[in-house]
Amino acid sequence: MTVGSRLFAEEVAYEPARPGGGPRLLVIACGAIAREVLAVIRLNGWSNVTLRCLPGKLHNTPRRIAERVDAGLREAEAEGRWDRVFVAYGDCGTGGELDRVVAAHGVQRLPGDHCYAFLAGVDNWLAMHEAEPRTFYLTDFLCRHFERFVIKGLRLDEHPELLPDYFGNYRRVVFLAQTDDPALVARAREAAAYLGLELEVRRTGLGDLRPVLERVAGGRQT
Amino acid sequence: MPDEEEIVLRELTDEELVKQMHDDLYDGLADEIVEGTTILLERGWSAPEVLDKSLVEGMRIVGIDFRDGVLFVPEVLLAANAMKAGMAVLRPLLAETGAERAGRIVIGTVKGDIHDIGKNLVAMMLEGAGFEVIDIGINNPVENYLAALEAHRPDILGMSALLTTTMPYMKVVIDELVAKGIRDDYIVLVGGAPLNEEFGKAIGADAYCRDAAVAAETAQALVRSRRAAGSQA
Repeated sequence: MTVGSRLFAEEVAYEPARPGGGPRLLVIACGAIAREVLAVIRLNGWSNVTLRCLPGKLHNTPRRIAERVDAGLREAEAEGRWDRVFVAYGDCGTGGELDRVVAAHGVQRLPGDHCYAFLAGVDNWLAMHEAEPRTFYLTDFLCRHFERFVIKGLRLDEHPELLPDYFGNYRRVVFLAQTDDPALVARAREAAAYLGLELEVRRTGLGDLRPVLERVAGGRQT
Repeated sequence: MPDEEEIVLRELTDEELVKQMHDDLYDGLADEIVEGTTILLERGWSAPEVLDKSLVEGMRIVGIDFRDGVLFVPEVLLAANAMKAGMAVLRPLLAETGAERAGRIVIGTVKGDIHDIGKNLVAMMLEGAGFEVIDIGINNPVENYLAALEAHRPDILGMSALLTTTMPYMKVVIDELVAKGIRDDYIVLVGGAPLNEEFGKAIGADAYCRDAAVAAETAQALVRSRRAAGSQA
């Protein structure tokens, strides 16, 4: 199984190779943004940050995200070895349930409703959404896993007749690209064609993810 | 291993057939639902009876399992499409009966929000419960709601939102109804994944409906109660 497949389907943990100084920070993240969180960790050379990812596929059953994050936070508390814990999720379709969980544990999460909001930058995303709410967003992760996450996850492979029920209201696809990868742009093009929508590509980089994580690692409030 | 024995719907008793239709609805089998609906009508069942006992009850079961995390959105959509197929058979017959409607509702998703799977389920269950449903679609600014209320004079205004960023718009609509002095002319129901009862109360709605079946039950109860109060006035 590839790393990408594992991030989609399983819990995956990344411990620093040589744990270093500084407050020990645990980031509990969605597998869909594992690469991006790891990129921030590497860019900063942090050796005091551990990343634990929950399966990206939880997004197809968002009610389970809050309970899995809650379990992860309880486990972290029981371990008693973390100076700080941060939840790298947006609301992610939990309908505010994740906010209740993080508040109960006294920790914080990423800003915004979804990963595409904080990857685009929340203000940018809100402006984009205001301009055209009928937009379906792709990220690097969603391009990589479009077939598994969207086509199979929504059972469109078995029931293509459901496509209008899911996507009938959309007018365009915007690929919020975290990296410059022509292969992912090609996948985005295929995804847009499958949905019968126009594609727009916007390079976002890591958006709000990097400054927020840097504030957390520095011990400041987000 | 032999294939599972095929069930011939026509060979079932009425009771068995209704139960089988609940199973077929649960499995999203539209053709079987159409066949079962047709058979019950041929056996002399009235259209409202078929609707209520087979389709609405079947969807109620689907709704419970969705709420409990047994079924997910794809399965609910398949079930809903099966119910729609049955409704297509029943709708002309229901119109012919001339039975008094349970009420009229204008329903739509709020501005900035294009998600309508839940709203469509609610509309379907309300139609199943005997309501005339005027569905104004998605991404509705307050002007759309006001125009629809003016044009259709419903008993109920229903608003839906899926996003935490769009649900506050429901209050904008309710505040506008208050400002125009027409808030009390309508029962206001709200729903959507990020909402809860507390939010419904805070924005001044009459009720928050956690799912489509609850929406139908709540709509019926509140319209009955309002009509009873009106007749006593």
